[in-house]
Amino acid sequence: MTIVFALFLLSLLVITALAIVQTRNLFVAVMLLSIFSLLMAANFFVLDAADVALTEAAVGAGVTTVIFLSALTLISGTEKKAPQAGRGVALIVVTITTLLIIYATFDKPRLGDPEAPVHQHVAPFYIENTYELMGFPNVVTAVLASFRGYDTLGEVFVVFAAAIGVLFILDARTGTGPAYGMPEARGLKHHLIPKAVGGLLVPFVLLFGLYVQFHGEYGPGGGFQAGAIVATAIILYAILEGEKAALRAVPRSVLMALVVGGALLYGLVGVVCMLMGGDFLDYSVLLPDPVVGRQVGIIIIEAGVGMAVCGSLLSIFHAFASRRPSRIDHESV
Amino acid sequence: MTEVFPLVIDFLSRSLMLIGALSVLIGGIGVLRMPDIYSRIHAASLTDTMGTIALFSGLMLEAGFALATFKLFAIMVFLLLTGPTATYALANAVLESGSVPAAAKLSDGDDFKGETK
Amino acid sequence: MNLYEFLGYYNYWVFAVLLMIGFYAVIAKTNLIKKLIGLSIFQSAVFLMYISMDKVEGGTAPILKPEMTDLIYSNPLPQVLILTAIVVGVATLALGLAIVVRINERYGSIEEHDLLDAD
Repeated sequence: MTIVFALFLLSLLVITALAIVQTRNLFVAVMLLSIFSLLMAANFFVLDAADVALTEAAVGAGVTTVIFLSALTLISGTEKKAPQAGRGVALIVVTITTLLIIYATFDKPRLGDPEAPVHQHVAPFYIENTYELMGFPNVVTAVLASFRGYDTLGEVFVVFAAAIGVLFILDARTGTGPAYGMPEARGLKHHLIPKAVGGLLVPFVLLFGLYVQFHGEYGPGGGFQAGAIVATAIILYAILEGEKAALRAVPRSVLMALVVGGALLYGLVGVVCMLMGGDFLDYSVLLPDPVVGRQVGIIIIEAGVGMAVCGSLLSIFHAFASRRPSRIDHESV
Repeated sequence: MTEVFPLVIDFLSRSLMLIGALSVLIGGIGVLRMPDIYSRIHAASLTDTMGTIALFSGLMLEAGFALATFKLFAIMVFLLLTGPTATYALANAVLESGSVPAAAKLSDGDDFKGETK
Repeated sequence: MNLYEFLGYYNYWVFAVLLMIGFYAVIAKTNLIKKLIGLSIFQSAVFLMYISMDKVEGGTAPILKPEMTDLIYSNPLPQVLILTAIVVGVATLALGLAIVVRINERYGSIEEHDLLDAD
């Protein structure tokens, strides 16, 4: 019976993607993209990937929609014009490539085959040795933070670079300048009910973000999801109370410190491991007991990852949200 | 009595989940068939309240006395708080953007003056 | 090929269709935001393919329960790769949107033929 449900979810994905490409109104496309991300998270959960489903729901359905919408308010035209001729060639190329890829997938092993090559060499090593070497149950966090720590270091640096890039492109480092400063910053109109309910929810969302951060080793969770959830809580506060209130609560200097501090913390742990006599990012030399040393190392770098992701997402949001639209032709400004 | 108790719980939880699924379906049909955006929002609110309560009660009965029951209860409270708030914000935004409800045009001659303070 | 194998391949066919829908949006639409949305759909399709490779039948999520020794766990390795890829994807999307905002302010429109005519 789960097979029928899984097939239904997959078909919903295709229908939503067709609707996204088909529609002309950009706001509708962004809303449908958010639904698409949520369906994708449900699909990941059906395929036994709990961490990935949590990340896709938090980052894809939450933060991506907010960034798209805040960019769309800065672009004055929201309707799309009629497309050019030349669509016919694109359609033919796309159809032929689809048929070729479908023909190629017949060579793949059956879904769920335990004898498939992907399950043979490295994965059983990770599953068998995580509990002895690390002492906690979540294999995905162990692989992400310790067995493959280099990849995560590179990812933190990519997120850091993206935040710096957005701040430079939009010229938003200090929040002042000719393109910035809305005339008056206010939250929603008729805001009593959303303010009351939202003000009730923000502390609980922050608490849940901290829970996900520190329980990343015992259940699904970790630094990335926690950073996205905490950023979502502060974005909710900014939407309800106005952006200036959110900037008073978490000022830009704190955001910069979070981003830079998170990336530095990760690199610093690696260098300290080298100074203590091991390799770069080999946490077993941090404390006399190697298992506890690895756990301490993983907690510190997950904190670094959470700080960097939270700071970057919030900096990007503030860079988009406090920018004045260039052509003022709505009456809402 | 104690042999039939699990059967009663099973039957109750399955029928509650069926009621929840039916109300979600009716809400979906209502969204497609209603003429105006305000009536569509009203039809979709059936999913917010009746569908949530029925589905989650059925799931809680199925889970028994475990930690999962408390987690399901917490999720249900969260959805019951945020769903109607989102509906309110949506309807408010539609009103602010100037759409007049269709029923307002059927009244006797005087125009609907929306609040724009 | 019996029914279960056919149902197993459905994952990969959905991946192929989603990939090409996203790709069509990138090459055939002229609005820059539509192209970015199509790129996002393309990325999500690739994630779907990787995660559907990691399922083992009868398996469960890879969170160990050492006291139960006869559980089969799904493969954790593609999940780690995709976790990284999702966050990197949103970072590059934000960067792309910043560039689109600047293009709009400079040229006044984000349709491709307007931009090609203006230069």
